[in-house]
Amino acid sequence: MRRSVSVAVFIAVAVLGIAALGVKNSAVAAQQKPQNAEVKIDNFSFGPAALTVSAGSTVTWINHDDIPHTVASADDPKVFKSKVLDTDEKFSFTFTKAGTYAYFCSIHPKMTGKVVVQ
Amino acid sequence: MSRKTMSRNVQDELLHDHNHDGIDRRGFLKCMAWAGTGAFCVIRGGVLRSYAFSRLPELGPKEMAGELSFAQISDSHMGFNKAANPDVAGTLKAAVDKINGLAVAPEFLLHTGDISHLSKPEEFDAVQQILKGAKPQDVFYVPGEHDVLNDDGKDFLDRFGKGSKGAGWYSFDKKGVHFIGLVNVMNLKAGGLGTLGHDQLEWLEDDVKHLKHSTPLVLFAHIPLWSVYPEWGWGTEDSAQALSYLKKFGSVTVLNGHIHQTMQKVEGNVTFHTAASTAFPQPAPGKADSPGPMKVPAEQLKSVLGITDVNFVRGQQALGVVDSTLE
Repeated sequence: MRRSVSVAVFIAVAVLGIAALGVKNSAVAAQQKPQNAEVKIDNFSFGPAALTVSAGSTVTWINHDDIPHTVASADDPKVFKSKVLDTDEKFSFTFTKAGTYAYFCSIHPKMTGKVVVQ
Repeated sequence: MSRKTMSRNVQDELLHDHNHDGIDRRGFLKCMAWAGTGAFCVIRGGVLRSYAFSRLPELGPKEMAGELSFAQISDSHMGFNKAANPDVAGTLKAAVDKINGLAVAPEFLLHTGDISHLSKPEEFDAVQQILKGAKPQDVFYVPGEHDVLNDDGKDFLDRFGKGSKGAGWYSFDKKGVHFIGLVNVMNLKAGGLGTLGHDQLEWLEDDVKHLKHSTPLVLFAHIPLWSVYPEWGWGTEDSAQALSYLKKFGSVTVLNGHIHQTMQKVEGNVTFHTAASTAFPQPAPGKADSPGPMKVPAEQLKSVLGITDVNFVRGQQALGVVDSTLE
């Protein structure tokens, strides 16, 4: 009985260890390799409102609302600004430099979001 | 009207699809029943009196008459074609019919913005064409955020802003009433509300400086100049500054659009008023997850769309506001 418990604990620890290793590896990979990501515009909000990507990644915004929106950098001068996106239209931007990029909808400025580039 | 009846009517009426665009305007409008809501409001001596629209026939000439009357329309969103209203041209035409049917013909129209949905030339064209059918031929416009989506609103200014200052602000006088069209949809900042900006505020201060205190003022702008619901951006950052220039005046009325519903508020010498949209309704502040278009059954749509008819009664130094729905 006692022996079987220690075997189970050993297996559990081993499995957790491998899993943790896996997470670590993929986190490292995310930092190194550009990964494309999507931000959905729904119900007058950006989702996710805060997104973290690695440098070189392309982020695509897609408008699911019945109302047009834009994606405009909040910096001055603007780093990026989409044309007006009607329903189901998309805008993509590739982030080449690390930093935090705040943005908003220039038609509905209460809609805000940010992209953190590592 | 049940969905079944509705679709049968639409099928019948598809005979009327003269434009071959799949939209059957007559059938669509036929589907909307008369709901009978709305209100007639008169401000007399600073006191607002409100009459249900259904009581308009009971009101005598004394209440209706004035030396100046005009109609306000707003938020036509020409080009919008989603479920909340697949025929914004039809409902704008219905607004024009309503204006043409008023007992007292308005001298001019005010359009408080969002003329178009996407600032497209053909959308502006369509609205101008439909408004040519209105008895009053003079239309005064201010832009909504949907009208200045491209080129910082250059197309709007070229069409509607002749003789205006800056991004399209201006003033004019009609029979002793001073009208001021303001623009609060340009250079919006992240997380912020509507904004007038320094240049426009300076112009406004100067514009009213030499007017007599007894001059009635009517300000009109797209986004409300009072804080309706900042959480949804329904307000203007620097409106308090603008209103501070108007304190000496006895009668100030502020007409806005943007929120697609009728709302009124009296604060000191100022009466604030928002007009309904001719296109689609939006939810009451905080009553939905977002201010997106409200989908209402077709037969109810006209009762939540509308025009505003304003009567200025000379001598009483007050403005009476009539809200009627598109019925």
